[in-house]
Amino acid sequence: MSVNTSAPTAEARREALETYLSRTPFANFLDLRCEIRGDEMTAILPFQEKLIGNGAIRALHGGSIGAFLELTAMAQLFLLSGQSAPPKPINLTVEYLRQGRAQDLYARAFVTKQGRRIANVRAEAWQDERARPVAALHAHFLLDGDEA
Amino acid sequence: MSDQPEFFELMKQYAPNIINSVPYAQALGFKLTGLEPGRAFATAPYMKETVGDPDSGVIHGGVITALLDNICGVAVVAAMREFKSTATLDLRIDYMRPAEPGRDIIGEAECYHMTRTVAFTRAWAYHESRDRVIATASGSFAITAARNFSKHVPEGVNP
Repeated sequence: MSVNTSAPTAEARREALETYLSRTPFANFLDLRCEIRGDEMTAILPFQEKLIGNGAIRALHGGSIGAFLELTAMAQLFLLSGQSAPPKPINLTVEYLRQGRAQDLYARAFVTKQGRRIANVRAEAWQDERARPVAALHAHFLLDGDEA
Repeated sequence: MSDQPEFFELMKQYAPNIINSVPYAQALGFKLTGLEPGRAFATAPYMKETVGDPDSGVIHGGVITALLDNICGVAVVAAMREFKSTATLDLRIDYMRPAEPGRDIIGEAECYHMTRTVAFTRAWAYHESRDRVIATASGSFAITAARNFSKHVPEGVNP
């Protein structure tokens, strides 16, 4: 019986992602958390004062929401792709749907298509109700192609 | 835009506060370096806390997103003739090349069209000039009535 070495196990992928996030300064700067169950992940951006963009209305900065969605999309793709290096963003669009309030933000990403070189990913962020998203992202990522 | 409306002159006086009053921009060390009617310039310093690739030391794209989002919004206000509130509708970023580790990033944004309800912007991030960009952006912003305005309402617009 031969051992399949080409496809890393779900456990190995989860570890690769957690290792990458723990040694990435910007993910630590945002205090990004990930809850991973199998191949599904929920990212959490715990509220911090420094994430505020408009102090008068206590709204999260669009840039903090955008960066969080980008990291969520990248992390979900990294988790599914089984590649050794994290994917690199080519472009992304963030749609701002509602004001992000001064509280934790959650996000999930969906890989719409994973090609050999390029992947298309969507993500949504919400606070109290998943059905009332704060922002949505769609992005293209370049896969390193090391295992494609 | 050759004429400089009164509102822009007023805004210019408060220029240092425009970015200093934004906690997230402060946390990332952004500095407004230039303001013209419909145009804004700012810098993002290289910080080890915002590195996105621990192996290469390249800053995370999310910092560039925040910089361009912020200055697009400033460019919209700098294009106004009277103050109104803005909200980002969407922002698209195209990453051309990684930023160079250790170097500050310059952001430049312009508001190139504005209707009564929507403003359209584009922006560039680079180290030296727009000839060699790190990223480009385009964003649209909803223009909403400032909360206390009354007499400046254009006809047909619902506050």
